[in-house]
Amino acid sequence: MLPILDIQSLNKSFGSVEILKDINVAIQPGDFLVLVGPSGCGKSTLLNCIAGLEPISGGAISIGGRDMTQVSPKDRDIAMVFQSYALYPTMSVAKNITFGMKVRGIDAATQARKLAEVARQLQIEPLLDRRPGQLSGGQRQRVAMGRALVRDPKLFLFDEPLSNLDAKLRVSMRSEIKKLHQNLGATMVYVTHDQIEAMTLATKIVVMKGGVVQQVGTPAEIYNHPANLFVADFMGSPAMNLIPARTRRDKNGLQIEIARPDGSPMILHSELQRELPEDVILGLRPEDIAEAGFHSGRAVQASPCRIDLVEPAGADTYVVSQLGGKQVTARLHAETKAQPGAMLDLAFDLAKVSFFAPDTGERLN
Amino acid sequence: MTDFTASPPGPAPRAPGRIALRWLLFILLGLFALFYLMPLFVMVTTSLKSLEEIRSGSLVAFPRELTFDAWRTAWSGACTGIQCEGLRPYFWNSVLLAVPAVLISTFLGAANGYIIAQWNFRGANLIFSAMLFGCFIPFQVVLLPMARMLGMMGLAGTIPGLIFAHVVYGIGFTTLFFRNFYVTIPSDLVKAAKVDGAGFFRIFWSIFLPLSLPIIVVTVIWQFTQIWNDFLFGVSFSQAGTQPVTVALNNIVNSTTGVKEYNVDMAAAIIAGLPTLLVYVVAGKYFIRGLTAGSVKG
Repeated sequence: MLPILDIQSLNKSFGSVEILKDINVAIQPGDFLVLVGPSGCGKSTLLNCIAGLEPISGGAISIGGRDMTQVSPKDRDIAMVFQSYALYPTMSVAKNITFGMKVRGIDAATQARKLAEVARQLQIEPLLDRRPGQLSGGQRQRVAMGRALVRDPKLFLFDEPLSNLDAKLRVSMRSEIKKLHQNLGATMVYVTHDQIEAMTLATKIVVMKGGVVQQVGTPAEIYNHPANLFVADFMGSPAMNLIPARTRRDKNGLQIEIARPDGSPMILHSELQRELPEDVILGLRPEDIAEAGFHSGRAVQASPCRIDLVEPAGADTYVVSQLGGKQVTARLHAETKAQPGAMLDLAFDLAKVSFFAPDTGERLN
Repeated sequence: MTDFTASPPGPAPRAPGRIALRWLLFILLGLFALFYLMPLFVMVTTSLKSLEEIRSGSLVAFPRELTFDAWRTAWSGACTGIQCEGLRPYFWNSVLLAVPAVLISTFLGAANGYIIAQWNFRGANLIFSAMLFGCFIPFQVVLLPMARMLGMMGLAGTIPGLIFAHVVYGIGFTTLFFRNFYVTIPSDLVKAAKVDGAGFFRIFWSIFLPLSLPIIVVTVIWQFTQIWNDFLFGVSFSQAGTQPVTVALNNIVNSTTGVKEYNVDMAAAIIAGLPTLLVYVVAGKYFIRGLTAGSVKG
């Protein structure tokens, strides 16, 4: 199938500063693409380039199979929701939503019908005569979405739409956006710095840093097989444990040696066939380290560790230990007997482990 | 420095010292108000007296007998040089001059401000700095080049010529006002409108101008006061028949022969000053309203 959005070797610079370097992304109709990264990574600039609000310095963008590189925003068949909502302050909610249709010369009857449709869908019917200044943050957010929905475009663009809302509203709006995506089957591109939003919403994630794409993949791929140390550290909360380790190959397979504070190293065995350098960084998510006896699997190996900190979080209890000179967090069940200062057998699921090169940060397995 | 003598919280008992302080404040403010109103008082009372009474009575006394003759003369009978038509024709000259000049310069300022603040183009800051510089050029410096230019355009001595001079001189200020107002409006608004399909002028008309009521009022007050009260451009670029009211007022006061008609002079001065007062009273209200309506908050 032809991709609905195809970005090919896109470059963008302001003067001599390169903001985006060689971006290549393609998505299919119905995809929910999330651009995620720390602030200043260029994700919003990329979205503005897709919208045509920023000219690009090199490469090509096509939407719906048409080359849009030189096309102005109004002819790209897109709709956009902004972080600041960007509602027109002097127009009523209804006028805000129909402004785009009015500008395009769509007849009044169609405008009224579509307005009613969208107002019902977003439950903003009682607000239609109000001004944006009279609305709460959540209501403004809905109106901004309505203005995009009413257009029925090929591509929806969202620029951190939830970051101005309070935590509770953010979670409920997040699931509404997800529901909307499922009901409409529309294609969406969504920018956020919140990795949880990225994981929950996306069918495809692009992780960016410093204007360079770090990894493109499904949420599961990004989470389970991060392409480098940056992605491993950025995605997931609490973050993935990144433990310096040494490897040695003997007749039993791969031996992994991790330093412990008390002197004797911890030895783990892996069935990994691939050649690894001697020094590696071992990546393991907190949920892949459990209390021995509570986690089963062929590659699970237990070893006693000294517990430094116990943090009950309700559903789970997090414990912190020290391995390879780093703090290592394990996610245990809520009723664990772990005590700070005591030893506890922790089980490491080596089937889930990621190896990274310490110098380049790239994934090795 | 902390004020340790501050009264304790709660409904403080009205100490006598506090009340005295308050009265002192009111008296002081009243005195200042009197001080400022004195000239106006003298002008109004003098304009309502007969010449007889002015000669015999005190300057600050109320008129013994009210007479509006001086006002009538000032409006339609006083002599400016050889003509004796009063201020009336010149007053209309000023209206014909000030209204278009204010409207045009305000509109151009809005357009300039919109472009400079919201459409980043190469050299935008340079152009803005140059316009800002224009605000600091004194009237006198512009006189000769402007006279030469008006001559070349065939507008010398005409009201359109005066309008042109005032518009050119005012654009620096109006651009400054609008630019500073529009930079506070988030650029996302323009982006949203662009995605919605609106073009350059559509965004200006439908989104920015409706937002601008407070700054339009400020600009109009400023420009109207400047243009209506201007004397130098008025006297330099006009000729008999196209002079604005300020020039006519000067002529009335300076061309009396024989007895100086103070009452007519005062009435004429008040008439010449009334429109600016009116603009403050009427537009000032809209100004406050525009600020407090909360319609600007997006």
